[in-house]
Amino acid sequence: MLFFSYFKDLVGREVTVELKNDLAIRGTLHSVDQYLNIKLENTRVVDQDKYPHMLSVRNCFIRGSVVRYVQLPPDGVDVDLLHDATRREARGG
Amino acid sequence: MATGPGLESLVDQTISVITNDGRNIVGILKGFDQATNIILDESHERVYSTKEGVQLLVLGLYIIRGDNISVIGELDEELDAHLDLSNLRAHPLKAVIH
Repeated sequence: MLFFSYFKDLVGREVTVELKNDLAIRGTLHSVDQYLNIKLENTRVVDQDKYPHMLSVRNCFIRGSVVRYVQLPPDGVDVDLLHDATRREARGG
Repeated sequence: MATGPGLESLVDQTISVITNDGRNIVGILKGFDQATNIILDESHERVYSTKEGVQLLVLGLYIIRGDNISVIGELDEELDAHLDLSNLRAHPLKAVIH
């Protein structure tokens, strides 16, 4: 549940999601669920000339299973908070 | 998980689906489930190539298994109407490599 909670805290922030088919989609994080499926708003594909396949899409749902990376905003990580949460998770509570 | 990114808001809307094998299928979302299996009505495939413009293949009523879905995009009808598909050339999308 750690990453689910972590992504929930990032809702409203601008992220870039890189998929396992090399497509990279940038947009505002709208929501995330237990499978780490991601919904983005105001999306644009990073290299639109090479990938015009989503030119008329502004909001999208990305299946968690095809996500390779999520690029976070530089200030999107509170390391101390994440350390604490990780230890708590490791203790099983 | 009531606040998750469900597909409820897309039902009866035109969506653009990218599958794991790189296909792009456009249709009206009629149903879905937990595993992202979806039912599309009046669907067609958009086939991208570098040799000619985008080709449309009529598919009709389609079920796509969730395993095989990468992205579901809400198609903005106005943006889509302004696309000149017959002159749009691009390499087909790559398949997903897990």
